[in-house]
Amino acid sequence: MSTEVIPIEALQAAGKPWTETLHEWVTTVDHKRLGLLYIVLALLFLVVGGVEALIMRIQLVHAHNTFVSPQVFNRLFTMHGTTMIFFVAMPILFGFANYLVPLMIGARDMAFPRLNAFSFWLSALGGLLLYFSLLGGSGLYGAGNAPDVGWWAYAPLTAKAFSPGHSSDYWTIAVMLSGFGSVGTAINIIATILSMRCPGMHLGRMPLLAWLNLVMSGMVLITVTPLTAAQLMLLVDRYLGGHFFDTQAGGSAVLWMHFFWIFGHPEVYVLILPCFAFISEIVPVFSRKPIFGYPVMVGATICIGFVSMSVWAHHMFTIGMNSYANSFFTITTMAVGIPTGIKIFNWLGTMWGGRIQFKTPMLFCVGFLFQFLIAGLTGIMLASAPFDWQLGNSYFVVAHFHYVIVGGILFALFAAFYYWYPKITGRMLSESLGKLHFWLFVIGFHATFDTMHIPGILGMPRRIYTYEPGRGWDALNLVVSVGTAIQAIAILIFVWNLISSYWKGARAGNDPWDAWTLEWSVASPPPAYNFASIPAVASRRPLWDLKHPEDPDSLYE
Amino acid sequence: MKFPLKSFEPPGRIALSLVCLAAAGRADNSTSIFAPAATPAHAIFGLSMFVLAVTGLIFVVVFTLLAYAVIKFRGRAGDGGREPAQVYGSTQIELAWTVIPVLIVVVLFLATARVIHAIQDAPKPASAVDVTVIGHQFWWEFRYPKLGIVTANEMHIPVSDPAHPTPTFLKLLSADTDHSFWVPTLAGKTDLIPNRVNEMWLDPSRVGIYLGQCAQYCGTQHAKMLLRVSVDSAADFDRWVRAEQQAGAQDAKVVAGKRVFETTACINCHAINGTAADGRFGPDLTHLMSRATLASGGAENTSALLRLWIQNPDAIKPGSLMPAMKLNDADLDAVVAYLETLR
Amino acid sequence: MSAVTNPLVRQPAGWILPDRGKVAMACLIVAESAIFTIFVVAYLYYLGKSVAGPTPSQVLQTPIFYSACLLFSSFTIHRAGNLLQRGRRDRFLAWWVLTIVLGGLFLYGTGQEWHRLIYEHGLTISTNLFGTTYYSLVGLHASHLVAGLTMLMIVLYFGVTGRVTEDHSPRIEVLSMYWHFVDAVWVVVFIIVYVIGR
Repeated sequence: MSTEVIPIEALQAAGKPWTETLHEWVTTVDHKRLGLLYIVLALLFLVVGGVEALIMRIQLVHAHNTFVSPQVFNRLFTMHGTTMIFFVAMPILFGFANYLVPLMIGARDMAFPRLNAFSFWLSALGGLLLYFSLLGGSGLYGAGNAPDVGWWAYAPLTAKAFSPGHSSDYWTIAVMLSGFGSVGTAINIIATILSMRCPGMHLGRMPLLAWLNLVMSGMVLITVTPLTAAQLMLLVDRYLGGHFFDTQAGGSAVLWMHFFWIFGHPEVYVLILPCFAFISEIVPVFSRKPIFGYPVMVGATICIGFVSMSVWAHHMFTIGMNSYANSFFTITTMAVGIPTGIKIFNWLGTMWGGRIQFKTPMLFCVGFLFQFLIAGLTGIMLASAPFDWQLGNSYFVVAHFHYVIVGGILFALFAAFYYWYPKITGRMLSESLGKLHFWLFVIGFHATFDTMHIPGILGMPRRIYTYEPGRGWDALNLVVSVGTAIQAIAILIFVWNLISSYWKGARAGNDPWDAWTLEWSVASPPPAYNFASIPAVASRRPLWDLKHPEDPDSLYE
Repeated sequence: MKFPLKSFEPPGRIALSLVCLAAAGRADNSTSIFAPAATPAHAIFGLSMFVLAVTGLIFVVVFTLLAYAVIKFRGRAGDGGREPAQVYGSTQIELAWTVIPVLIVVVLFLATARVIHAIQDAPKPASAVDVTVIGHQFWWEFRYPKLGIVTANEMHIPVSDPAHPTPTFLKLLSADTDHSFWVPTLAGKTDLIPNRVNEMWLDPSRVGIYLGQCAQYCGTQHAKMLLRVSVDSAADFDRWVRAEQQAGAQDAKVVAGKRVFETTACINCHAINGTAADGRFGPDLTHLMSRATLASGGAENTSALLRLWIQNPDAIKPGSLMPAMKLNDADLDAVVAYLETLR
Repeated sequence: MSAVTNPLVRQPAGWILPDRGKVAMACLIVAESAIFTIFVVAYLYYLGKSVAGPTPSQVLQTPIFYSACLLFSSFTIHRAGNLLQRGRRDRFLAWWVLTIVLGGLFLYGTGQEWHRLIYEHGLTISTNLFGTTYYSLVGLHASHLVAGLTMLMIVLYFGVTGRVTEDHSPRIEVLSMYWHFVDAVWVVVFIIVYVIGR
């Protein structure tokens, strides 16, 4: 048993010059270190993206405010969206996948460690390039300009005629690089899961985290690449005189929309599947029961993977498609809610009859469940095309997707941080700071995003730097903005918890949560080689079998 | 035109008037989607009440179950570290909570499909008024092809009596980037996309002013590309049409201003019917004084603001495509005086 | 958790998982196929929509010979891989060289066609929608061919210096998969551009 393993790094750590440590980190190909690099990169960009949001919310606090100019506001919402999707959400989820997948399937590393490192540094370069636009956006002669075309970069707004200078190119190339990194990591995850599982772990015995990352990676292969293709086309238009999206030459603005949303919609499922993974690993442990309906959870995931590829034009309900197309996308969009709902029910079934421990990871999971339910239901509303003709491109949509991303994805990520931080660092995060973080964030989140639905219903479109008084939007926007300040404080508490617990947290040991998957069988933090000897498993919960030899899962599953 | 789901409207209205939303919606400058004043908006309102009812019910049920689970199944101190029964799943339960959502989706879809078809495939009666809307960065051009009218930013349409409907059918085009026509109390939004013709229709049942704005990000001043729709009685509409069909006023007292207008760059972008000015890049100014606002709603149409707009558009709408004309005070006053005769 | 000490775990008889190189290449092929699909969709969507300029039927000539070269190169690389697996390193190298030559011929053919289109018919990427979509699609394919040829030539270098052995067969097979993919894409592009598109 690897509980006897001595953490070797602890012995060697003392006395190493910082330059050597830095060099190790920069040249690492270890999945655990790369995972952490991804996570740290994402957290840095989270702060940047968060500040962008705060500035926008200050500008919108009352009608006709002049905190920032329209040009700056338009850059802010473009950078906020682009940063959060491509340089926060994708990297942080790939970071967790990188760290956890090999450990949970009993492997020593990812299938292609050097590709892993390459993908990370490519993504990091993309992030750097996006922000370099502030300096280099219009050439270094004049003021630098961040891109201001919205994170969807609709044509023909991105044509040279309407976006002179280079700011749009920074968007295009930065996101393209991030895309290459994503595809590289997706290939790595698939190869790792298919080719490096430990003996006995056939696909039906893999942790759900592995399944969800497998399906997510498969989706990345065919959803990120359409965006790459569209961006290549945009570059051809902007630099080689091409006409892909040149409406003067017969090109189609709608074609860009199709290509973008064929990426853009499945992308949000790419983001949510790893979060489902976290919930599926954490809720069972804190309910003290196995996940309810493992095969159905796998089936629903695969179903979501396929169906989500057929819904993209619900982002285009207002562009004038005919009634048959609108009806088709209505039904597919509603249909994808079915396997998603089934997952919520299965998590409920897992908690049902359990003995729930409300430690911080579980608090965030419960928050996720309530909030993701609501987000899914507002999604069903938006799925109804006529309803979307009113609500689309309004603050109702902004509220809906932030409900999913902040109320769903971010909550699941917080749960994952509190759950796996002990494994990664060997220390527990402070429970009291964790609870404070949770409750403060819940208050701020609901103040902002519950309220935000209403201006949408009252006719407030999105992407506007200011609005007219007398429409009933002012007080609501004020409440929304105040909520963001509360969320910011909660995040600061979280960051403080991360930092202070590294030195002052209680020692975690191998298995602080009494959990059942392979990562809890190794030391905290794990040694570089992960496992002293590659384990062999006989069920979905190998550690449960060890702890309950009289009643192992292998008898039932 | 008969529309499905009208039966959901009365209870929906009652429910909502209990909420301040509807109260706000009664005001004349309301832009609430729950204060419909034309058939498309009404149809969507009825459907949305149905969808809200169904999703509301789902929410109550699942929320209750979740809350119950969270409370009833908390681990207690006296548990003694015993593990609860390890249940792996249940095929019947999985079937139940698959079949029920499928049925709900089918019902929601059918209700939705009816409304989609009813709105999008509505036939156009002979009495319809035709308006071509052309989106520009950052203003609206309105052409009435059968009436020979070109105007900007404020659209006049006749009220439509449900017994003898006179709807307005809009053709939506764009001169540059994507825009979207959204007047929430009248209809859902439809986009204006270059190299594409989109269509929508309105049949407002009450006279009044209806507000809206561009709903597809189109550049720097997307936020101030406002819409003002004036729904007029039949008589008022006829009067407006006849006034618009006149050429621009020719007042001898403002000849100096007219000369300034015609000899500076104004005529490159603007048109005034009956003069040499025939530019189409900017709004048609023939009847500028018939409008309540300037700069597509960016400012009230007053003398001082008109003067400021011409002198320095960025003071009102920073980033708009109208350049500052840099006229001296005398020329500026003359031009303003001239424009103020264009009723 | 070692299998030796835990009596509950029966070591499965032969734990064989797919080769990770092949899995990775299959994934890459899937991803690249998605990119090509988007370019094909754009090509098909814009057929007949050019506002001015040359049309496909006016200027395109079906490149039968060069396409045959590329198709045959799939056979030659397959043969090369088989020969290497059986230890016939010299014959492997011969067929490998033949593959490179055939690929190079195809590339030459593409260059020749483009030269003719540009200088005789004035069709460039910026002429009209046809020009944009044609050069992008065929160019995207050509760039993948160039990448493939580069890899083949690196292997050739190693082969000629005697460093390629039977043990490298799996990696050669992975590279072959890529080459077959490039060929398959050409079949699709050929049908779309030269058959349907005219």
